[in-house]
Amino acid sequence: MSTTTPSTPSTPSTPSMTLDVSGTPKVPFTRLVGVELRKIYDTRAGRWLLGAIVLITAAIMTIFFFAADAPDRTFGNFIGVSATPQGFLLPVLGILLVTSEWTQRTAMVTFALEPSRTRVIAAKTVAALIFGVAAFLAAIVVAGLCTLVGGADGGFEGLEARIFLLFLALQLLTILQGLAYGLILLNTPAAIVTFFVLPIASSIVFNLVSGLRDLAPWLDLGTAQGPLFESFGASALTGEEYAQLGTTTLIWIVIPFVLGWIRVMRAEVK
Amino acid sequence: MIKVDRLTRTYGGFTAVDDVSFTCQPGRVTGFLGPNGAGKTTTMRIMVGLTPATRGSVTIGGLAYHDIPNPGRHVGVLLDAGAQHAGRTGREILTLGAKTMGLPLSRVDEMLALVSLTDAEAKRRMRNYSLGMKQRLGIAHALLGDPSVLILDEPANGLDPAGIRWMRDLLKGYANRGGTVLLSSHLLNEVELVADEMILIGRGTIVAQGDKASLLAQSGPAASLVTSLDNDALARALQGQGYAVTPAGSGLRVDAEPVQVGRAALEAGVVLTDLRSGARGLEDLFLELTAGTQREGHPAAATQLQEGAQA
Ligand SMILES: Nc1ncnc2c1ncn2[C@@H]1O[C@H](COP(=O)(O)OP(=O)(O)OP(=O)(O)O)[C@@H](O)[C@H]1O
Ligand SMILES: [Mg+2]
Repeated sequence: MSTTTPSTPSTPSTPSMTLDVSGTPKVPFTRLVGVELRKIYDTRAGRWLLGAIVLITAAIMTIFFFAADAPDRTFGNFIGVSATPQGFLLPVLGILLVTSEWTQRTAMVTFALEPSRTRVIAAKTVAALIFGVAAFLAAIVVAGLCTLVGGADGGFEGLEARIFLLFLALQLLTILQGLAYGLILLNTPAAIVTFFVLPIASSIVFNLVSGLRDLAPWLDLGTAQGPLFESFGASALTGEEYAQLGTTTLIWIVIPFVLGWIRVMRAEVK
Repeated sequence: MIKVDRLTRTYGGFTAVDDVSFTCQPGRVTGFLGPNGAGKTTTMRIMVGLTPATRGSVTIGGLAYHDIPNPGRHVGVLLDAGAQHAGRTGREILTLGAKTMGLPLSRVDEMLALVSLTDAEAKRRMRNYSLGMKQRLGIAHALLGDPSVLILDEPANGLDPAGIRWMRDLLKGYANRGGTVLLSSHLLNEVELVADEMILIGRGTIVAQGDKASLLAQSGPAASLVTSLDNDALARALQGQGYAVTPAGSGLRVDAEPVQVGRAALEAGVVLTDLRSGARGLEDLFLELTAGTQREGHPAAATQLQEGAQA
């Protein structure tokens, strides 16, 4: 076998043994994100899930609109009720984006076209977060309309941008949590069940075992996130509560995400 | 173009690919042949970085696969045509590939036409595809980026006879234009017709490689099968010239080239009714070389497999 060096141009009769990649840039990250966004809605399952998120958000706001007493129909409360369905369904979208690559075995193609698995994971994460932000913006628009049409007098009063940002951050973290469990388990049902059951089980354990109750705000995700929901549109969080949000986020979201990333980096793709 | 260098992959105590080295030249079709479980797919998965190698390396055009920018534009890969989302349409699957590679969507239509998938078929979901349609879609996906290297695992799997012939011509034309093609199969006949170079693998190790002529040269000494109106006289004449003769069916088997047998018959004045080469073909060679690695009559192979799977 003869390998042509770059200085000797290859002739057609002896084709070059080296690949000329000088004219090919890497796949831009934005394009990877674009493809991952498309993967969210190009299957029936994905479209159903998106439809469900929109419909359930609209439905729950409508129910609140009619069920709540007039003074309670504030912008902050409308946003607050939309948080629950979105917090449940958006992470499922993130889980599916990761796990379907393995259950449907498309990872073989995805990683053949982009061998950097880190870039693929990053693109999926960005895509899922984009949907999270879009859902939040949609919730703001709907909540704004509800407040304008039939809200309480001064329904927009006492709003703090910081609280909204925290609230958005919480939604996005929940999506990251879904992605993390998807990456660790690489299996749709297992990841969804873990995502829903594990935090609840944790809250039960921390509240039942008296010795653990004091530690709950530092270790249990639900306990630490509680003040955020209660304080919506009202008082700010204390420094300690921020620190507790930090430790629980680390334990429940950051560490699982890193472990999941390591698993995917090492996995044999079949 | 593809250089596999001392590649080894173990699963626990089981060695699926054992110190495998070979090269695939541009302008040639290289056939990768071996019985079930020989390690063909594993080798190909390592090539494109889907499975890490335990030892050794693979380079494509001098680069490790993960160092090739936008690899779909350089290396077309088909490892498992079924590994696509069952809920996506054929067109959508190609569209995702084209978008990742940064290709115009017209390329999707071109590839669908190339593999003869109709518009209506392209709109069907993958779960409703027949085996051969999946295979055609997989080939279309591999060719999407107009790559100069093709790595295809059992590309003819599930294709009808016309499809197999079409693919043969496609790969030949592709290599004639300077492309590098590596295709695997466990069917010799399929590869023999298209491959310029063949690599025979059995139980993880390469047992033979070379072009057809050099492989046939390895397949043992010359032999002829001959039938004549007077086999006894012919046998005496051949034995007189020092060739070993054994009866075979209604004729004789001679350890000599047909031309030598013909000459002996002419000299002895015996009328031949049939004369052909009795040398073993590639198939015999293939079966013999991989004999230790066939499952039939070789329980050792099966048990070793199970140990590997448990590990
Ligand atoms: N993850 C794994 N764990 C254990 N053994 C494995 C694993 N992956 C592959 N093997 C084994 O490696 C061997 C080679 O498998 P491979 O798929 O490469 O065979 P092949 O040559 O492609 O066979 P076929 O012609 O049937 O497709 C097989 O014995 C297989 O069981
Ligand atoms: Mg195989």
